Amino acid sequence: MSAWEVVIGLEIHTQLATNSKIFSGSSTAYGAEPNTQAGLLDLGYPGVLPVLNEEVVRMACKFGLAVNASISPRSVFARKNYFYPDLPKGYQISQYELPIVVGGEMVIADAEGNPKTIRITRAHLEEDAGKSIHEGLDASSGIDLNRAGTPLLEIVSEPDMRSAKEAVAYMRKIHSIVRYLEISDGNMQEGSFRCDANVSVRLRGQKEYGTRSELKNLNSFRFVEKAINYEIERQIQVIEDGGKVVQETRLYDSDRNETRSMRSKEEANDYRYFPDPDLLPVEIDATYIEAIRKSLPELPTAKCSRLVAQYAIKTGDAELLAVSRAAADYFEAAANATSAPAQTVANWVTGDLSALLHRDGVDIADSKVSADTLAGLLDRIVDETISGKIAKEVFEAMWAGEGKADEVIESRGLKQITDSSAIDAIVDRVIAANPGQVEQFRAGKEKLLGFFIGLVMKETQGKANPAQVNEAIKRRLAQS
Amino acid sequence: MAGATDALHVLTLTELTKGMAGGEFSARELTETLLSRISEHDSLNAFITITADDALAAADSADAARANGNAGPLGGLPIVHKDLFCTAGVRTTCGSRILENFVSPYDATVVARMADAGAVTLGKTNMDEFAMGSSNETSYFGSVKNPWDPGKSPGGSSGGSAASVAARLVPAATGTDTGGSIRQPAALTGTTGLKPTYGRVSRYGMVAFASSLDQAGVITRSAEDAALLLGVMAGFDERDSTSVDRPVPDYRASIDAPLKGKRIGIVRQHFDAGLNTDCAARVKEALAALEGQGASLVEVDLPNLDLSVPTYYVVAPAECSSNMSRFDGVRFGHRAENPKDLLDLYCRSRGEGFGAEVKRRIMTGTYVLSAGYYDAYYLKAQKVRQLISQDFKAAFEKVDVIAGPTAPTPAFALGEKVDDPITMYLNDIYTIGANLAGLPGISIPCGFADDLPVGLQLIGPHFAEESVLHCAHQYQLISDWHRRCPEAFA
Repeated sequence: MSAWEVVIGLEIHTQLATNSKIFSGSSTAYGAEPNTQAGLLDLGYPGVLPVLNEEVVRMACKFGLAVNASISPRSVFARKNYFYPDLPKGYQISQYELPIVVGGEMVIADAEGNPKTIRITRAHLEEDAGKSIHEGLDASSGIDLNRAGTPLLEIVSEPDMRSAKEAVAYMRKIHSIVRYLEISDGNMQEGSFRCDANVSVRLRGQKEYGTRSELKNLNSFRFVEKAINYEIERQIQVIEDGGKVVQETRLYDSDRNETRSMRSKEEANDYRYFPDPDLLPVEIDATYIEAIRKSLPELPTAKCSRLVAQYAIKTGDAELLAVSRAAADYFEAAANATSAPAQTVANWVTGDLSALLHRDGVDIADSKVSADTLAGLLDRIVDETISGKIAKEVFEAMWAGEGKADEVIESRGLKQITDSSAIDAIVDRVIAANPGQVEQFRAGKEKLLGFFIGLVMKETQGKANPAQVNEAIKRRLAQS
Repeated sequence: MAGATDALHVLTLTELTKGMAGGEFSARELTETLLSRISEHDSLNAFITITADDALAAADSADAARANGNAGPLGGLPIVHKDLFCTAGVRTTCGSRILENFVSPYDATVVARMADAGAVTLGKTNMDEFAMGSSNETSYFGSVKNPWDPGKSPGGSSGGSAASVAARLVPAATGTDTGGSIRQPAALTGTTGLKPTYGRVSRYGMVAFASSLDQAGVITRSAEDAALLLGVMAGFDERDSTSVDRPVPDYRASIDAPLKGKRIGIVRQHFDAGLNTDCAARVKEALAALEGQGASLVEVDLPNLDLSVPTYYVVAPAECSSNMSRFDGVRFGHRAENPKDLLDLYCRSRGEGFGAEVKRRIMTGTYVLSAGYYDAYYLKAQKVRQLISQDFKAAFEKVDVIAGPTAPTPAFALGEKVDDPITMYLNDIYTIGANLAGLPGISIPCGFADDLPVGLQLIGPHFAEESVLHCAHQYQLISDWHRRCPEAFA
């Protein structure tokens, strides 16, 4: 065990999936031409005033309830003041002293697979900034304010994580929750889900935290892990070389897999937060909270337990399925539509289906093989029309668009051979052609059973019913 | 009442409406008369922009509407807007170099509501830069002169609005009041200036100085006219979260009742040292007159009155420092030439664009919000603000309105206080409390001191504009100070 203990806290920025911005009516759709989705408010024009989009309050409450947090009866928007060209008003409207969500927790699995609770400090609402564009403009910078005013929920954890793996596990859990709640699309490529990591190291047994650095804008699970691990090694190296870690903000460079200093504590902005006088405090009563609580969907942990109880599948599979609502829904739809055992369905969804989804970069909700179609395929295994092995071929063909299971089986002639006289005839041919192996088998080398099965299956292109083949070979070899 | 069109400029809105309704003159004739007066008296420097063509077109529309029986509540009535109300297609400078050529793409709610009611906008009035000032001397476009004495300040920040109404260039003007910017210039120019309750009138399109204090109002020649305009301006606006959703009464309906039974609070602290003795005498005479009309005078205390100026000069600059940040030379307004980098762009655009008083307040505001000073200044000021509000609340348990001086002295000389910000700030000692507490207040003329007008201020509880207007109107029924016109503008 290393002498060093790692301490990590995350600030996750989740873009809320509203149609319009947090304080203006402009659209939040991604990828539009620069500045076509920036109205007067987003441009910070003189005289315009922010008006809160009520939907973001509802979404923040959903999140708070889902992680067992308190919803503040009164939260306040504050101005965070700093100058930057992509920040049109010269301040960002955020929440500071009185955030909407306080407390909360998320259970992850630690390195030994035991449950571990990560405490959530707070979650607050804020507006995103625009972005500066440097490419393609010689000697000047452009500003795209389409993103300015996009609603964000910033979820701040306590420094409870002790490894990069735990940080990733926590981030994945939060990612899963916000998608379950349908409050964010969680799209990391588009920046809808990103995080900053506060990382420090200390000697094991030491009470005080070490000096931390803040790693900015990590927008993939892989980068979070790599950046944190790089940073841990860097900090340990600094200390072991007799130096001191300085409090600073560092940027992760994924091309070089390293972190670089952006600014030190001394250079940090004094944001001069104060309550935004243009916005009233957000007041939330118990009735409102209860209505939202009633509307919450089944959450991952509850869903996982139910899948195990209701379908008798392995806990590990249930956990995989429960990561996303779409995967669990797919599984349930397929399991309910087939006579195959639910565990078989789970194996297929987490195995073959998952592999093809991953290979083609397709979301399960857009799967090329629907849950019903998969169920139809599994039924053909149950009624012994095809073997499990042939089923994989059929599945690939269904994925490629060749139709449903029966169509593929028909067109490709994959129907299982179950006619015992036909199987017996092939078995007889195989036995007659391999007298040497027959001799050895009869002398006790029973492993050769597989050799004969393989030959029969080869002869039938895998279509013979394996159980019947097995039985016929044993029976024939027993006769002398 | 004057009937000849050559005396149109002395009429109140109420009288002008009667005249147009009776066919004595048209909105076009009225507009032409006033436009020529405006250009005749341009030495007052009351205007930053005059919109003659737009005004004549609007007047013609108003005349056509009236002919069709569709005259709005302000049909054909001339109005001018303080130059921090955004007006689509017409520049909105806020009296600042940084917005010297800024043209807003939209109308402020106040501007739109008045235009929809048929008002004819003649132009945009001069003002202290971003409404920061009490003398109109901080305007990039130069000081406005007081029509009663061109060597004197008209007060500020709505100095152009007050001067243009006092000089009979227009019957009414909009203003904004953050610490007295409507009431103090009204007092110094002998006009009627109404600051409504915070939240009564939308701030949308009103360029912000200190958002928790700013409120739009009007400067007119009578309380009755102020009541008419308030009825049009007031009301909830979904684009301003701090505007209050409550019904707008007919403010003119209740002003005719006798004053009998009205309890008027006299604030002990108002008559402490610092108030000019002649002003004190005029105010006391006015109070006696109100008592003579049946009101009862009751002594009340505002024990924290002396804290209102220091409190204001923490809260207002704090909000100002943040509100001014959007003027950065990036998207609109003045931009420094050939900046060598981003910091240079910011520093020079703002350095060149803002005047000294705005810079002073940005610096003060940045300081009081800074880490390490926030608790001692901003937070403490917020607490004192609460105390001041509570003082008013306690007083209004005993009285219906509070009456007293609007300003400690009559108009002061241009240049007299401009180099002494503290003395200048103390000019707002009687008006600031209503802003800190969000209360409605009005200043009405109550006589003269050294041939300069003196203002009587009336302050009411939240949303008691009716009560304030009622007292003011009743006083104006028995006095003619509000009808006095500076000789040079008769």
